[in-house]
Amino acid sequence: MNPQNSGRDSDSSLRSEFHTKFRLSWPIWFLVAVHAVIVLAGFVAPYSFETQEREHPYAPPTRLHFVDCAGKVHFRPFVYVTKAAENALDEYQQDCSQRAGIEFFPQGDRYTILGTFSSTRHLFGVPAPANLFLMGTDGFGRDQFSRLLYGGQVSLFAGFVAAVFSAFTGLLLGGIAGMYGGRLDDAAMRFAEVFITIPWFYLLIAVRAFLPLQISPVTAFLLVVSVIGIVGWSRPARLVRGVILSARERNFVLAARGFGASNTYLLRRHLMPLTFRVLLTQMVVLIPQFILAEVILSFLGLGIGEPFPSWGNMLAQAQQYHVLVSYWWMLLPGLAPVPVFLAYHSLAETLQERIKSNI
Amino acid sequence: MALQGATLFVAAALLPVFATAQTATQTATQTAAQEDLFRTTSEAGIRGGKLVIAQRSEPRTLNPVIAIDQNALGINARLQADLIHINRATQKTEPALARSWTVSKDGTVFTLKLRRGLRFSDGQPFDADDVLFSFQMYLDEKVHSSQRDLMIISGKAVKVEKLDAFTVRFTFPSPYSAAERVFDGLAILPRHLLEKDYQEGKIGQAWTLSTPPEKIAGLGAFRLKQVVPGDRVVLERNPYYWKVDGKGQRLPYLDELTFIVVPTQDAQVIRFQAGDSQIISSLSADNYATLEAEEKTRHFKMYDAGPGLEYNFLMFNLNSDTEGRLPEVARKQKWFRDVRFREAVSAAIDRASIIRLVYRNRAAALATHVSPGNKGWFDSSIAVPAHSVSHARDLLRAAGFSWKGDNTLIDSTGQPVEFTILVGSSNTQRAQIATLVQNDLKAVGISAHVVPMEIRSATDRVLNTHDYDAIVMGLVSGDADPTPDMNVLVSSGQTHLWHLGEKAPATPWEAELDELMQKQLVTLNYQQRKKIYDRVQEVLAQQLPMVYLASPDILVGAQENLGNFHPAIIEQYTFWNAEELFWHPPAGKK
Repeated sequence: MNPQNSGRDSDSSLRSEFHTKFRLSWPIWFLVAVHAVIVLAGFVAPYSFETQEREHPYAPPTRLHFVDCAGKVHFRPFVYVTKAAENALDEYQQDCSQRAGIEFFPQGDRYTILGTFSSTRHLFGVPAPANLFLMGTDGFGRDQFSRLLYGGQVSLFAGFVAAVFSAFTGLLLGGIAGMYGGRLDDAAMRFAEVFITIPWFYLLIAVRAFLPLQISPVTAFLLVVSVIGIVGWSRPARLVRGVILSARERNFVLAARGFGASNTYLLRRHLMPLTFRVLLTQMVVLIPQFILAEVILSFLGLGIGEPFPSWGNMLAQAQQYHVLVSYWWMLLPGLAPVPVFLAYHSLAETLQERIKSNI
Repeated sequence: MALQGATLFVAAALLPVFATAQTATQTATQTAAQEDLFRTTSEAGIRGGKLVIAQRSEPRTLNPVIAIDQNALGINARLQADLIHINRATQKTEPALARSWTVSKDGTVFTLKLRRGLRFSDGQPFDADDVLFSFQMYLDEKVHSSQRDLMIISGKAVKVEKLDAFTVRFTFPSPYSAAERVFDGLAILPRHLLEKDYQEGKIGQAWTLSTPPEKIAGLGAFRLKQVVPGDRVVLERNPYYWKVDGKGQRLPYLDELTFIVVPTQDAQVIRFQAGDSQIISSLSADNYATLEAEEKTRHFKMYDAGPGLEYNFLMFNLNSDTEGRLPEVARKQKWFRDVRFREAVSAAIDRASIIRLVYRNRAAALATHVSPGNKGWFDSSIAVPAHSVSHARDLLRAAGFSWKGDNTLIDSTGQPVEFTILVGSSNTQRAQIATLVQNDLKAVGISAHVVPMEIRSATDRVLNTHDYDAIVMGLVSGDADPTPDMNVLVSSGQTHLWHLGEKAPATPWEAELDELMQKQLVTLNYQQRKKIYDRVQEVLAQQLPMVYLASPDILVGAQENLGNFHPAIIEQYTFWNAEELFWHPPAGKK
């Protein structure tokens, strides 16, 4: 063995290991961070999602300054108070005589986190009459940044919950179909095919039509999640069935059966664990798909309603021509899912490679 | 949701009557021995050119007897003519096919002298028989013409008689204040083309979009040239038209008038910017602002004609058939029926924000259904309710409501005050109004849920099932005259939206409205009618069966070199005088 080569191999192997770990860890940490911020939206967002600053409709993103109008440098970032120009709805002028520094942990609108912890203390903000609209405002003067964070609670968690629901249902039905085979398998798979062919969009419209007018935001959220989840369980079910079908003929399973193991025992002890990695990968693939489904439904007005935001219903405002051509910041909710999807896809790819290498 | 002209007078525009009996000023001139032509006073133009106008959808029919949609009415008004016409600019009646008329002292008998020597667009002559034939069709119950309602007064039909080949007498069963204006929009149709269809009972199937153009004729400024289904309707100049300009030049000036189908307003804006269409109307304030910024670079001119006849409002469900059938709605109606509750809601709503944020200050805040644009009938002494949360709270307190610690409003039984506000999902402005109202009501502790709904479903709930709490919607008066509002205001009206199907007035104030509206219908003196109608507005402002919110301006635009372009606040806003429109030559050319 050439020691020189050996050293190079060792370096390469270390680099590869680091590369793999990084590829696996960055999306995980990124997603954890994003979800944490979204859960803590009430604290991180400077305003409530429904606070209307009616003097500031379609205000562009607030400019953060370090240098004031007189050219003096400040270490603490600040904003100037802005006022709408006379006879113009959406033109603003900054008042150099009124400066407001960014404050940490100021008092603001009341919010609740996870339905339990209630507070009025926010991560950052500016004192009135200044405003801090990091991503501008919509036509009602509502802060787009705050709404984007709150909107993520709907969009991200709808995707996540629907994926968990789909994976669980898929595991149950796919496992039974793969294990018992025969008529049960046929019935389960035909049932799954029916669900694959269901036009989910029309299903949602039909379900909405049957519900009473006054459904709470929670009900609307659950409705969206259920429809996405119900329609989405069939693909994981077919995948699980395939894994079980091949695994049940493997020697260790046959041996266990020979020792008198029951089907339930085999499923629980030997077969289900084999499906977990596949199912995890499938979930990571499904989550962005389901987030997108929620965004589309809300975009079309079939998701959660005003004043509650979701990434879809925020983007829906850009359907109006004047918004599209005049207020670029209204398109930002369309960009929000991009890094999240990228992280999920990167995670899915890494997981898939790991499964392949293990096989 | 808009019920365009959701009144008896959906097809015709009726305007104020300012005189009890009069002989119309005759402006017609005898330019030829046989032709009794109408001389216009507008700027004399130049012949030639084409004009393209975008419409939301194609007309359903070209048959004026059964046409009800705005697209069909707009095109038919260019193909056909009426006896007495309302000038959209002056909002007054003027002679059309009738060169003059007299009214009996009791206001029941109208004798109309027709123009002589006129020809339909196919060259066939026009006389009193065509008038008789047209009204025979309109009045025939089997034809189901929407115009029939205009001619039925207190259950009795108007009597139409021919006195000679060019004189017709109309006898109304009782004095009818809006009689003169009823004639506007009632097209006089060619007997020689339609009599066979009518006699065979097929008039409803006549003049469809597939009828060959040569089989369709009228007395309008244009005649049909081509229909491309789903795409365009092309009209060409009628060489027999009966109007001339000050120089004696026969109208219309334009050689062709094309209506293209562009289904959404945003798409219409883009087509207008691209020059595919030269006129755009019914713009939202947002799109108006977008186009206004490009006026100079793209060579078009935008016009704000001021508040129109559309009124938007928040309406509570006051129907009485919900008890037992819709218990949840019935429970909330106990709040809605209390005028103090409605008044509190009205006070809690910030109309100024609606005007500024939804309409970019291109609208008027409303106290009643009559907008300031309706100059003849608007009662300026009635103030728009001031936005006052404290006043709203006082009213609610007086009505027995109270507040929990978290500012939730509760009724006397401890139930939280919570209801839904329906809104048509396709109307962005009304959806925005609903969101603002929702936010305003939160300040007084009311939890309102905005439910956007497909417009037909929402209309069905309002008109048929009555399964709703409240709705943000809009109506467009068919005319500035009070009479078209009868159907909304009178308790037995078909569009008495807040409480449909009342056998007798449910409240004393509704009984008073019934009485006042009937009285104005037979009062011929304008001053007396105005006084009566002022009282109607006063009652509505006090009782608030609808919480009136805003009336948007009529916002339109046209290429800058389009001559005689005078937008009006009554339909058709931009091309009501299509016969007078002309193209100015490019600068530097004569």
